[in-house]
Amino acid sequence: MIHVQNLIDAVGLGAVYALVAVGIGLVFGVLRLINFAYGQLIMVAAYALAFTDSWPDAASVGIAVLVAVGASLLMERIVFRPLRTADPSTMLIATFALAYLLENGALLQYSYRQQGIDSDPIGTLARLNQAITIGSLNIRWVSIVAIGTGIVSLGGLALLLNRTTIGLQMRAASMDFRTARLLGVRADSVITAAVAVAGVLAAVAAVITSISAQSVTQRTGFDVTIAVLVGVVAGGIDRLVSATLGGFAIGFATSLVSAELPSSGGTPFTSNVYMPSVIYLAVIVALLLRPDGLFARTSRGAVERV
Amino acid sequence: MSTAPAALELDDLWVHYGSVPAVRSVALTVAKGEIVGLIGPNGAGKSTTLHAITGLVRPRSGDIRLDGTSIVGRKPEAIARAGIALVPEGRRIFAELTVEENLRLGLVGRGGRDGAEQDRRWVEELFPVVREFRSRHAGVLSGGQQQQLAIARALVAGPSALLLDEPSLGLAPTVVDVVFDALLKIRERGVTVLLVEQRAQRTVALADRTYVMANGELRMTLTPADAGDTERIVAAYLSS
Repeated sequence: MIHVQNLIDAVGLGAVYALVAVGIGLVFGVLRLINFAYGQLIMVAAYALAFTDSWPDAASVGIAVLVAVGASLLMERIVFRPLRTADPSTMLIATFALAYLLENGALLQYSYRQQGIDSDPIGTLARLNQAITIGSLNIRWVSIVAIGTGIVSLGGLALLLNRTTIGLQMRAASMDFRTARLLGVRADSVITAAVAVAGVLAAVAAVITSISAQSVTQRTGFDVTIAVLVGVVAGGIDRLVSATLGGFAIGFATSLVSAELPSSGGTPFTSNVYMPSVIYLAVIVALLLRPDGLFARTSRGAVERV
Repeated sequence: MSTAPAALELDDLWVHYGSVPAVRSVALTVAKGEIVGLIGPNGAGKSTTLHAITGLVRPRSGDIRLDGTSIVGRKPEAIARAGIALVPEGRRIFAELTVEENLRLGLVGRGGRDGAEQDRRWVEELFPVVREFRSRHAGVLSGGQQQQLAIARALVAGPSALLLDEPSLGLAPTVVDVVFDALLKIRERGVTVLLVEQRAQRTVALADRTYVMANGELRMTLTPADAGDTERIVAAYLSS
């Protein structure tokens, strides 16, 4: 039964990673920008959660969402928009700078606070780490919440993209921004929409990862984002679906492999100490075999006929 | 020359790429309901002129007016919403979206203009193919069908001026006929047309007048009466 539990935990982590992948993929779609600072967006939302830990849970989560959306919009307005016509590498470096600025800003506040404090608890939400027993299965609530929110969030996003006008405009803009603008699609509107949705998803990821970790530090969101970035590229960043699958796959594999393997002794394939090396080796092999991404479509577009 | 009011006016337009002038002092007027052709060799500045009108490149000097209002310096999406629709070179339809979704994107450019229903019905009569293949992915259409979709997508916006950048490029002769016939019906509806083409003789025969562009300048003006006189057109090409 331990294997089934591990499998459920792995799906839960995969769901969180998938949400982060969508957040990164949406912004990449409209801005052609890999937002390295996405992890710090998660961190900001997590701090909003921790600093309101005495509030009712729902209010605390609501604040986290508002703060993440606000921070995401602010990031776009102050950094991405002025650089929109700049070289892609300039934009990338700017997001690196932003990431370190935010992380070190968070670290700085600990030096002004009581000595010995280097993380913030998240209050009553932490009780979601308790397990529920179904038959002989012990499943942590947080895994169930992660899977549930993952399904709801991705379903909501699919509705937004496929059933609304702004969603259609976002899809068109991510395929061919220039032509979309020539048809009257407002660049600022689609970018704002994408960035706002990315903020919501960052908040959702922040809530779940903070519950899992039971506290928030300046590193919250960082490792997740790095892993997801790898997953997104390995899956295929050009399409939202393949990017999402890539994110899910890396989360799922990380969780499952580390749970199934012992934590000490053994060789690269029998100990989870080597797990990151093994997974990233697999990523390299995947990219060598399918440079456009594991889940990318093999033929690009349709053959043109007269 | 028509006496109808000018719909689209270019006034002493200069566009530079770096320090190189690509469009030099171009002045032309398209009256409401006119078809004006723009022909000339590759690199003459035809596409650049269209890009300047649609806001993709910013002119260094000069003015572009739509129905008397200057549109220079506006964003491409604002110019589209003001009533200028472009059928871009290479069609640029969204291959992964359905024909219907492509048309819905065309509607975005309407801004506040009413009459969407009538325009939509008229466009479907003009190009029945867009109704027939409504739910298919645009990428599976033939080149000619994609070109019809590109024009239909521009027209559902209900533009006052329609710009076309080499719509006949790479099309079979029968499909070229469909496109050129459609342009006549578009004129009948009162839409102003600026047509950039490589097919010189057909353009001259169709348009109310055709400018020959070379090296960034308008070199000469041809009328349908010149359509049989291909030699003169060729000479105009060569003199550039």
